[in-house]
Amino acid sequence: MNDNIILRVTAKIFIPCILLFAFYVQFHGDFGPGGGFQAGVIFAAAFVLYALIFGAEEAKRIAPPKVVQVGAALGVLIFAGTGVASLFLAGNFLDYNVLQHDPIHGQHLGIILVELGVGITVAAVMISVFFCFAGRGRS
Amino acid sequence: MIEILDMSLLALMAVLAVAIARLRNLFAVVMVAGLFSLLSAAMFLVLDAVDVSFTEAAVGAGASTVILLATLLLTERREKPPARFSPWPFIIVVATGATLVYGTLDMPHYGDPAAPIHQHVAPRYIEKSPAEIGVPNMVTSVLASYRGYDTLGETTVIFTAGLGLLLLIGQSLRFRDKGENP
Repeated sequence: MNDNIILRVTAKIFIPCILLFAFYVQFHGDFGPGGGFQAGVIFAAAFVLYALIFGAEEAKRIAPPKVVQVGAALGVLIFAGTGVASLFLAGNFLDYNVLQHDPIHGQHLGIILVELGVGITVAAVMISVFFCFAGRGRS
Repeated sequence: MIEILDMSLLALMAVLAVAIARLRNLFAVVMVAGLFSLLSAAMFLVLDAVDVSFTEAAVGAGASTVILLATLLLTERREKPPARFSPWPFIIVVATGATLVYGTLDMPHYGDPAAPIHQHVAPRYIEKSPAEIGVPNMVTSVLASYRGYDTLGETTVIFTAGLGLLLLIGQSLRFRDKGENP
């Protein structure tokens, strides 16, 4: 598929837009529809599109499987770490009120951190699932 | 007006479901399944569940279609026709469907304010979340704050699923190579 010039040019135009949209969905999730789950899938979709058009090997050069696997664990750690941080600040587990002086600001910070963790894990797992299947088809 | 939209969406979904069951070309089946997901995303949008609709469009129509297509690379493009006709699958599906439809007769009407689901914790979330959380999207405040434990669990489930898949099929080729050429 990688000698099809229309696909290659279209993908190069689309991929930055998809990534930007993923970030918008990620960080605008508390104001509009969206959040970590959707943003993670959209972010992974950009990599899957890249891998479909330029080949899985080329995509693995940009998103090395080792880094992606660490990312999957990192997201869960950010989520659980936010909970542990609120424990250390004398609150309950995942009680964001204590993260800042003002409870509302604390809630906002906690939600952004937690959604970031969800987004990183979902994107990393989606990308590694795709690499698993794409890698097997090749041999 | 909205009823016409509901009816046509449901009718199209029924047609696609029958098509998925009838088609033997697996590539077409994957494509029609993606369309089915897109239609259910539209259905959720009609029901005002914007976040669910968004997830369905991204995961159901996008990600699972790509993963199913990747799976097709590993297998045949056509499903084998069944050896002989058996009425049992059809009977079981009709019986299960009839039971489910019978079950919906007991459910409260859509949007009924007296329904149990609107009596429990939902009024508290709607009244208190602007003051307690201060995030305009109430779905996010329930998902990330009030129900933070559940979301942590869901994220862990996704992580575990990815880990399991990596252990099962991710590295197996490299191990096999090592075993054959020491």
